[in-house]
Amino acid sequence: MTKQVQQLDRVIIRFAGDSGDGMQLTGDRFTAGTAEFGNDLSTLPNFPAEIRAPAGTLPGVSSFQLHFADHDILTPGDAPNVLVAMNPAALKANLSDLPRGADIIANIDEFTKRNLQKVGYEVSPLEDDSLSEWRVHAVPLTSLTVKALEGFALSKKDAERSKNMFALGLLSWLYHRPTEATIKFLETKFAKKPDIAKANIAAFQAGWNYGETTESFSVSYEIKPAKLAPGVYRNISGNQALAYGLIAGSVQSRLPLFLGSYPITPASDILHELSKHKRFGIRTFQAEDEIAGVGAALGAAFGGALGVTTTSGPGVALKAETVGLAVTTELPLIVVDVQRAGPSTGMPTKTEQTDLLMAMYGRNGESPLPIVAPSTPSDCFDAAVEAVRIAVKYRTPVMLLSDGYLANGSEPWKLPDAADLPDISIEFATGPNSDDGVTFLPFKRDAETLARPWAIPGTAGLEHRIGGIEKAENTGNISYDPNNHDRMVRVRQAKIDGIATDIPPLTVDDPDGEARVLVLGWGSTYGPIAAAVRRIRRSGGKVAQAHLRHLNPLPANTGEVLRAYDKVLLPEINLGQLALLLRARFLVDIISYNRVRGLPFKAEELAGVIQDVIDSE
Amino acid sequence: MKDFKTDQEVRWCPGCGDYAILAAVQSFVPELGLKRENMVFVSGIGCSSRFPYYMDTYGFHSIHGRAPAIATGLAASRPDLSVWVITGDGDALSIGGNHLIHALRRNVNLNILLFNNRIYGLTKGQYSPTSEVGKITKSTPMGSLDKPFNPISLAIGAEASFVARTIDSDRKHLQSVLREAAEHRGTSLVEIYQNCNIFNDDAFEPLKDPEQRDDITLRLEHGQPIASASKAVRRAADGGIEVVPRSAVSEEEILVHDAHRTDPSLAFALSRLDEPAFQHVPIGVFRSVDRPSYDELMAEQLQEAVGERGPGDLNDLLLGGDTWRIS
Repeated sequence: MTKQVQQLDRVIIRFAGDSGDGMQLTGDRFTAGTAEFGNDLSTLPNFPAEIRAPAGTLPGVSSFQLHFADHDILTPGDAPNVLVAMNPAALKANLSDLPRGADIIANIDEFTKRNLQKVGYEVSPLEDDSLSEWRVHAVPLTSLTVKALEGFALSKKDAERSKNMFALGLLSWLYHRPTEATIKFLETKFAKKPDIAKANIAAFQAGWNYGETTESFSVSYEIKPAKLAPGVYRNISGNQALAYGLIAGSVQSRLPLFLGSYPITPASDILHELSKHKRFGIRTFQAEDEIAGVGAALGAAFGGALGVTTTSGPGVALKAETVGLAVTTELPLIVVDVQRAGPSTGMPTKTEQTDLLMAMYGRNGESPLPIVAPSTPSDCFDAAVEAVRIAVKYRTPVMLLSDGYLANGSEPWKLPDAADLPDISIEFATGPNSDDGVTFLPFKRDAETLARPWAIPGTAGLEHRIGGIEKAENTGNISYDPNNHDRMVRVRQAKIDGIATDIPPLTVDDPDGEARVLVLGWGSTYGPIAAAVRRIRRSGGKVAQAHLRHLNPLPANTGEVLRAYDKVLLPEINLGQLALLLRARFLVDIISYNRVRGLPFKAEELAGVIQDVIDSE
Repeated sequence: MKDFKTDQEVRWCPGCGDYAILAAVQSFVPELGLKRENMVFVSGIGCSSRFPYYMDTYGFHSIHGRAPAIATGLAASRPDLSVWVITGDGDALSIGGNHLIHALRRNVNLNILLFNNRIYGLTKGQYSPTSEVGKITKSTPMGSLDKPFNPISLAIGAEASFVARTIDSDRKHLQSVLREAAEHRGTSLVEIYQNCNIFNDDAFEPLKDPEQRDDITLRLEHGQPIASASKAVRRAADGGIEVVPRSAVSEEEILVHDAHRTDPSLAFALSRLDEPAFQHVPIGVFRSVDRPSYDELMAEQLQEAVGERGPGDLNDLLLGGDTWRIS
């Protein structure tokens, strides 16, 4: 039987199954194969907060969406072309996202009466007409896997567990993915259990062979590698890039990294990753709670380390008092907030941008601090290095605002050469700094940066005491003097404001310079906005795009940029937090577009909104 | 002799027990032979916590209850420093309780001086976690309902490797306890009975009254019988320990203190001899055992990691995953 091979420029696949089915693993491996093949890609894992909800139920459905293409892409895709549904719950949970005509690969073995009843199907949708608007491939995945593993000494249950590898093999054939890396991965993962390795590889190959021989799949698809900029690439998730960026920040500042942290979704991976790299002199401390985590980091900073803490929204709320102490003692500290849906416990595994105002103002008193927000998974690396640069140069806590979508999403990352990274080291104070040549003044500021000297314990002659009480200029002694307090509040503010001269201006992408509408964004909305802007321009429309990386201080030309356009549209996954700040500061009538669904925006959705703004009076 | 006084005017109330403790520490510290620049005093919030401003060393006056956590980060990353935590009964046992017990179980190399005046002084007279039941204060006009903590029992329960109690008015005893605490590597917790003459005067009067103190103070010294002038501690029939008149026992029957016992049960039992009426109060070093300190354990792991695969290289790290080249 001759099979056709079709060329596609892009594919969006969504793998969906029980949390225990290994959908994340399957998605990860398919992604790795795709990255290796050279497509540009973007991923969106979507999983429940619970460790393992009851099998076959809707709350237990875990999914992994991968968008890959022969050209540069920006989002994990608005909607999948292919849904791999490992059970009825996975089908039901994801059907509403599937456009007409999309492919469904369903594991028919799991469409049992019991499983169907669990999610409210009276009759199997694979047997009635209900799925007629999609192309359904019913594959007996489980039984085929068990059959393929007959020769192995495995229980039926263990054999069934390998069905995700069968699915991976089938999908790998269908989309011409390379197989060597997956086989090597399985061999390494199960190095201590070679029989399990062989079984998984057999299941993988059986899936591949099934695709190749069965008539249900008469077409396979080729998606050529993308022409990305020359260089060495690896696929990376936001959390891993952020961890690497912190390590790079430590190396480039020549300060030993001390992480004080507490496990919290979706930031725990950063703690895990950093704890693996003790060869860099990194001390990772899993504290008893969020407050102890940031407290230990601050104590380490007092001693001359690069103090870092990592958390999500609820943790930032707990850390507020300690961060305020860092503000007033003017010590470097990195606070990483991987934002998730709130309020309170919210939706731990869903993404949101709702901590901006808390980052700006969530401490008692006038307590300003710089805020940096990455825009893509790989940008998390650069944003982390930038956060370290600012913290160390200005002696201030810095908030690094990532989010769950960036944290768990992945994309190819063009690796920097370590030799090209900036030197961001500073000098500790070594001697007296007052006019008499004898006294050390812990709060005498640098004329340019307004930073105070960083004198660490162990330095003879510079003994001094710092604390949370208001302090006098220069000496740092406790002071309740009214005029001193007003001056100190203003100088702490001026120190942060002054960083605006030390960060790049806001750049605007406006190819022909004729756009009258500007779409502005911050954080992870970059990809969806850029994809939407592409669509507008492809259909002949004109629109400008700008994206903020520094939220505090804002780039010096921000006001100028906003005022240069008739209309400014600002999509945010919150109820308009940046819009509130910009309106108040620049008196510009920003148009907000807000959805707080725990998911990234869709390109098509934003394109529609942009078009409406362009068309409106 | 080095002078550890600072130029700051000391602002505790006249008659406060903190003056005596400050003087004792200032005159004791030179004995340690440490360089001034290698000493750090970290405090929380409370009258006790003003202490760092009066010591000419590095100091960090931090936030309520969090000093053990902040000091942990400092001590774990700078094993070359001598780090002292100054705290109080409210700061350490109320808001700071969690951080205290974790510092103790981790055995971070810290000397924690807990000034226990059984009241909240700085905020003007509310009851504290060591105040007696029924205490009438501004926030408890009908008497406090809370059973108080016993800080020594709590510390032993939290796996502390060094636990001691002393008193502000006995400089010699205070300094000898500090000496042992400073020599001990790991967390040394020293509870110091301290008199707040404004909000809780004479809380420890029986231990200071010349008529009573020799009878009620049970001095704990390793290798010595546990007894006061008129009382002694011995094994009870039920297997525990009890305090009896000294005249009722022979010298051989009196329990000999062993501070270095691995099993903390006896130290714990001694801490339970406390009771509200101060009929007998053990003071001194209850427990002093050796176990690795947190900074040592952390440093070992760092060394082991480097030993296995060499120091970290940033390019190696970046290239460490599955990479591919686009030309």
